[in-house]
Amino acid sequence: MNPDSNPIWTLAWTFGLMSLFAVGGANAAIPEMHRIAVDVQHWMTDKQFADVFAISQLSPGPNVLIVTLIGYRVAGVAGALVATLAMCVPTVVLAYYVSRFLGQTSHSRWPAIIQTALVPLSLGLMGASALILALTSDRTWTAGLVTAFAAVLAFATRVNPLWLLLAGGCLGFAGVI
Amino acid sequence: MPPDSPPAAVPAPDLPTSIPPGLTALFVAFAKMSLAGFGGVLVFARRGIVDRHCWMTADQFNETYALCHFLPGPNIVNLSVVFGARFRGIPGAVAAFAGLLGPPVVIVTVLAALYAHFGEIDALRRILAGVSCAAVGLLISAVFRMMMPLIRRRDLVGLVLLAAVFSAIGLLRLPLQAVLLVAIPLSIGITFAMRRRAAA
Repeated sequence: MNPDSNPIWTLAWTFGLMSLFAVGGANAAIPEMHRIAVDVQHWMTDKQFADVFAISQLSPGPNVLIVTLIGYRVAGVAGALVATLAMCVPTVVLAYYVSRFLGQTSHSRWPAIIQTALVPLSLGLMGASALILALTSDRTWTAGLVTAFAAVLAFATRVNPLWLLLAGGCLGFAGVI
Repeated sequence: MPPDSPPAAVPAPDLPTSIPPGLTALFVAFAKMSLAGFGGVLVFARRGIVDRHCWMTADQFNETYALCHFLPGPNIVNLSVVFGARFRGIPGAVAAFAGLLGPPVVIVTVLAALYAHFGEIDALRRILAGVSCAAVGLLISAVFRMMMPLIRRRDLVGLVLLAAVFSAIGLLRLPLQAVLLVAIPLSIGITFAMRRRAAA
């Protein structure tokens, strides 16, 4: 990283640009966050990225708050605020204008076509998120088993996800993972 | 106006009957949904907006959410702004946005500060490692749940596009923008062509 560049500015343009490409929401942008935070900018290690993801999942609020944690790591409270706003404001402005435009011409079929076209792409992105997070989190066979078990339980039952996260935390504390 | 036709007195059946919320109500309602939302706010947003406050019907909510889902960025954040703006213009959008993000950002920032101080403690590292294992499992199950409609429809084109994006981002680690600048026009073109063929 260029030592002269202001990290706040880097956070702002990184996440501002990323938000416009986050098709399918914040979880779909996790591979890109990992690529930039760990591989390109060296803001954090692989393990710290996995920790940040865990904290964001344990906290209340939208999934996008993972960028708040990354921003804090880079530049403290100011970094947290800038990263969060950069990730939200561009798309929110876009959403505001698109919803007003569609409110005037409600019979267009383009929204439905675009939506259908984007679903497989956002699922591919989220699948890539799962793969990258599994590679950073599941370092042992038992860790992989916990992930698989949580996936099956969450898929097959209506158990509250928070219980699965807490169970994972207990297993980790007990030294199983 | 003749007394036997009072059009304004009978509310349309698909319109919610509640009065539109004020700025404070918007802020508080979105703050509550957000703070209740562990692992996703959507369920709580639907419950709050449709069931409790009756600010929208279920159909209106689904339409608004669909719009926010096809736009990029955090869906529920987009929803807060579109929703707030519909009732109170730009101040309403700001109130809903601040309610949704303000309180959890404070919480997460405190957690981030704690992690910066105590992140090296071995017990905490082990706990977070366990939580992230489980959280990855939750993400995998969410992806499979959302894939089921594509699999049931035998949507081969959709599944191939999904696999292509997955490989480009997850395996080849290509930059997001480059992949999507190719994939989005391609997918929209294919979808449009298939609709036209189906209609013809």
